[in-house]
Amino acid sequence: MKILVAVKRVIDYNVQVRVKEDNSGVVTENIKMSTNPPDDNAVEEAVKIKESGKVKEVIAVTVGEEKAQETVRKALAVGVDRGIHVKSEGILEPLAVSKILQKIVEKEKPDLVFMGKQAIDDDCNQTGQMLAALLNWPQATFASKIVVKDKSLEVTREIDEGLETIEVNIPSVITCDLRLNEPRYASLPNIMKAKKKPLEQINVADLGVDTKPRIEQIKVEEPPKRKSGIKVANVAELVQKLKNEAKVI
Amino acid sequence: MSVLLIAEHNNKEVKPFTLNAVTAASQMDQDLHVLVIGNKADEVAKSLSKVSNIKKVIHIDNEIYENYLAENFTPLIVKQSANYSHIVCSANTFGKNLMPRVSALLNTSQVSDIIKVISPDTFLRPIYAGNAFATVKSMDQKKCITIRPTSFDPAPSSGGSAEIVKEEPGESSPLLKFIKKEEVKSDRPELGTARVVISGGRGMQKAENFKLITAIADKLNAAVGASRAAVDAGYITNDHQVGQTGKVVVPDLYIAVGISGAIQHLAGMKESKVIVAINKDGEAPIFSVADYGLEADLFDALPQFLEELNKLNTIQK
Repeated sequence: MKILVAVKRVIDYNVQVRVKEDNSGVVTENIKMSTNPPDDNAVEEAVKIKESGKVKEVIAVTVGEEKAQETVRKALAVGVDRGIHVKSEGILEPLAVSKILQKIVEKEKPDLVFMGKQAIDDDCNQTGQMLAALLNWPQATFASKIVVKDKSLEVTREIDEGLETIEVNIPSVITCDLRLNEPRYASLPNIMKAKKKPLEQINVADLGVDTKPRIEQIKVEEPPKRKSGIKVANVAELVQKLKNEAKVI
Repeated sequence: MSVLLIAEHNNKEVKPFTLNAVTAASQMDQDLHVLVIGNKADEVAKSLSKVSNIKKVIHIDNEIYENYLAENFTPLIVKQSANYSHIVCSANTFGKNLMPRVSALLNTSQVSDIIKVISPDTFLRPIYAGNAFATVKSMDQKKCITIRPTSFDPAPSSGGSAEIVKEEPGESSPLLKFIKKEEVKSDRPELGTARVVISGGRGMQKAENFKLITAIADKLNAAVGASRAAVDAGYITNDHQVGQTGKVVVPDLYIAVGISGAIQHLAGMKESKVIVAINKDGEAPIFSVADYGLEADLFDALPQFLEELNKLNTIQK
């Protein structure tokens, strides 16, 4: 079996995002970038399944500008075998990314595709489901537990009401929750070794996919600010304020 | 053209957030139809036919729809979509799972999690965990939209008399099967719709300390929430998680206890009307969004809080 893991480069989850003064987007210059956090869980799960002997090869793929390949290098440093970087400039919507991934799936013929359930930049939560639809594969979204069986996966999903377990045939697309596992850190020797692992570059234009945006981003603004509150001295004062000032209890 | 809203329900009742989605959908076009796909969901169709803004209810019923598998729902929605300009659903785990599958097959770029309808093709949506708001215009002819339910008021559940049209079911997908659902039953109000929410974080230290929270929740008729750290640590189940990748709540009163206030948590609660933070670290970021901050050890403060509440003659429910 072969697993393809899709990873995305995003503004690091610890960075306080700032809106550009001209309202064209958010500031990304000189900002720390990282792999989208649940994509790290997707990589970790694929590597763990490989280590259990059920999978022969794990491939990491990313789509984006030149520096996006850092996310693939990071995946290679924690046990992924080889990488693919689809080079593309500008904004790509999830529909375009899923069409690009469809081409990569057709080329590489993986049995499973893993990725994070949501990217923390655009918060769209679409790409995995869209890819599954385009491939006519089943999907298991928001996975917090994966059990690999012969021709299927048993996946526990985190849903609003609690947990749901479904069995999806292989091939399938799985989107991973942060609680799926604890991603490992790359050791220095493995980071060095990863530099020698194969990383193929493909120009998005060569895939014959229509990536033209369908959504016009008119403006990006700061959300309304909350007016600053007060500190209360003790619990009695807090309850009094809630009762008589805020009138919420 | 018209709007088609995919109803979320449990085969017996409409999920309350469907009514919030009705409000949003009817702002896109007055001609709003609702699609009910389920198993023995006649009561769901009937109750939606009484919602005032709904002009028509399409009901497709079969046992294969018992568990809302997106693979079974998608072909039905794609087929129905021929008559509509907008396909709409709530942006909770039901809609997040389903809508992109529909959107891809319609070759449409989905607009996720909108918080405002500016015009039938232009919407406001939060990005970067709500640290920025983007105004976006969909240029696709057919639009697939998911709605953040807490950003819209629920539509009145009576006053309408829409016709109910039954349609034929489709095939069951051979690609997957449902195994089980572990639903956490609680007598407390639902997290998403509760008037008061009290949440615990890593500061709770262990699962059994959450009883300090639940005692106050019972007193205030509040829902119980949690930060991701508390869920990760196993103090409480995932359905309580508030934040960027959990639930978004907008209660009248949100009480954050032992929660530092990471960006990802703030994304799920900072639109609450009144926010209280109880934390022993005076520098914790949660205080920056709190209307009332109490710098104190929660193990002292929570029992005192309960005591003070017990002294009150009346408490709003």
